[in-house]
Amino acid sequence: MKILVAIKRVQDYNVKVRPKSDGSDVDIDGIKMGINPFDENALEEALRLREKDLATEITVVSIGDSKNEDVLRHGLAMGANRAILIESEEYLQPLGVAKVLKGLVEKEKPDLILLGKLALDSDAGQTGQMLAGLLNYPQGTFVSKIEIDNNKLIVTREIDGGTNILEMNMPAVLTADLRLNEPRFVKLPNLMMARKKIIEKFKVSELASDTSTQLELLEVSVPPSRKAGIKVNSVKELLEKLKDNEGIRL
Amino acid sequence: MFKVISAAKYWDGEVDLLVMGKNTENVAQNAAKIKDVSSVIRFDGDHLEHLLAEDAAKIVEMLSNNYQVILAAHSWFSRNFLPRVAAILNVSLITDVLKIENNNVYTRAIYAGNVHAKIQSKDPIQLLTIHTSLFEVCTKDGGDAKIIKKDTPPATNLTSWKSEKINKSDRPALIDAKIVISGGRSLGSEENFDKVLSPLVDKVGAALGATRSAVDAGYAPNEIQVGQTGVVVAPELYMAVGVSGANQHVYGMKDSRVVVAINNDPDATIFQFADYGLVADLFDAIPEINKLIKE
Ligand SMILES: Cc1cc2nc3c(=O)[nH]c(=O)nc-3n(C[C@H](O)[C@H](O)[C@H](O)COP(=O)(O)OP(=O)(O)OC[C@H]3O[C@@H](n4cnc5c(N)ncnc54)[C@H](O)[C@@H]3O)c2cc1C
Repeated sequence: MKILVAIKRVQDYNVKVRPKSDGSDVDIDGIKMGINPFDENALEEALRLREKDLATEITVVSIGDSKNEDVLRHGLAMGANRAILIESEEYLQPLGVAKVLKGLVEKEKPDLILLGKLALDSDAGQTGQMLAGLLNYPQGTFVSKIEIDNNKLIVTREIDGGTNILEMNMPAVLTADLRLNEPRFVKLPNLMMARKKIIEKFKVSELASDTSTQLELLEVSVPPSRKAGIKVNSVKELLEKLKDNEGIRL
Repeated sequence: MFKVISAAKYWDGEVDLLVMGKNTENVAQNAAKIKDVSSVIRFDGDHLEHLLAEDAAKIVEMLSNNYQVILAAHSWFSRNFLPRVAAILNVSLITDVLKIENNNVYTRAIYAGNVHAKIQSKDPIQLLTIHTSLFEVCTKDGGDAKIIKKDTPPATNLTSWKSEKINKSDRPALIDAKIVISGGRSLGSEENFDKVLSPLVDKVGAALGATRSAVDAGYAPNEIQVGQTGVVVAPELYMAVGVSGANQHVYGMKDSRVVVAINNDPDATIFQFADYGLVADLFDAIPEINKLIKE
């Protein structure tokens, strides 16, 4: 079984990103970047499937400029067999990404495509479902458990108020929740070795003819944030303030 | 749903409601009473009982020709199948819309809520999910919509449903509750969630929430996680108990009307977001609140 894992390079989750001074976009110059956490869970799960002899080859793919090589090398260091960079100077919207990945899936023919359930930058949470729709593949989103039985995928996934379990044939698209697993730490020697590996490259145009969307970013801004209020000295004062100032009686 | 209808009214067109499921007659009849709904479109089928993304997407795709705007509440349900619809229709989906403006311009949060983006969409069909806590509830009755039953397309059979686990509780649902009391990892155990927080939660009729660290540690179930990767709430009163105030948590509660934080670290980030902060050990403060409101 071949697995394709799509990974995105995003800001570190502790970083507070700010708009550029002209409000045209966000300012990510010099910010600590890395692999999107959900994508790391997706890759970890692929590695575990290979360790159980359920998968043979794991390929990581990322779309973007040459800076994305660092997350691909991170993926190789974690244990991926191959890495593919799809070169794009433009920041693609989910629909564009899904179209490019569709082109790659048609070339590579993986049995399973794993992605993160959302990316920390755009917070869109769409690419996996879009890819499944374009390919007319079964989809399993927000997945916290993956089992394979008789070549069928059995996945536990989040629904409003709980979880459900779905079964599907492969090829299929799954998107990973953070709960799926705890990603392994990358060891330094592995990182050194990953530096020497070849990163295969494609151009966007080789995989998809049109990746444009009808969306335009007009402006970014800092949202009004809550202001810190007052400190109260006791539980009694807290309850009084809630009652007198806010009309809330506990 | 009531809030999605008020969002839909932003466009001055007719608003139709789509109902998919098994035995949807009652649901459709009730939906028809909502004011300002023109038609309730009903799809019924055994295979729609546990609605799968592939089947839901097929139905919305079938209907899409008739509509310029398709919207739903931002939930795990809509997030599962609407992106699939978008790709099939070759349009974009804008998720978690905070504000609707003229000319199909929308505001949504990016970068864990640290930045707001204004986006314009020129797609022929505007496909959206709505951040419901920021929209008003529409008038629930006085309407008299037509109910139109459509032929359900056959099952796609791409995935099959096996089982589901819904954690039932007698407490109000997190998203509807007037008061939400959330506990952090500092509670230390599932037992302490039960012994320390639950009595207060139940006494004031609140919903119980938790941080991701508390959920990960197994102190609280998955579906009560508040935050970017959990539920977003905006109650009248939000009490953060032993919660540090990480970005991702604040994302899920910052629109609450009044925020109370109880934390024993005077420098905890959560105090920057709290209207009332109490520096105290939660194991003292919570029982004390309980005692005082009893009297
Ligand atoms: C991709 C990603 C997504 C995430 N999504 C979410 C999300 O949706 N929701 C979420 O909550 N988190 C989320 N997180 C995790 C988030 O970054 C924080 O780690 C988490 O919110 C911290 O939980 P906590 O406040 O319970 O724990 P901690 O950060 O450990 O804080 C515990 C707090 O309790 C206080 N305390 C300790 N003992 C006491 C006591 N006896 N009395 C009073 N106070 C006490 C401490 O001073 C401290 O402030 C996400 C993280 C990532 C990377």
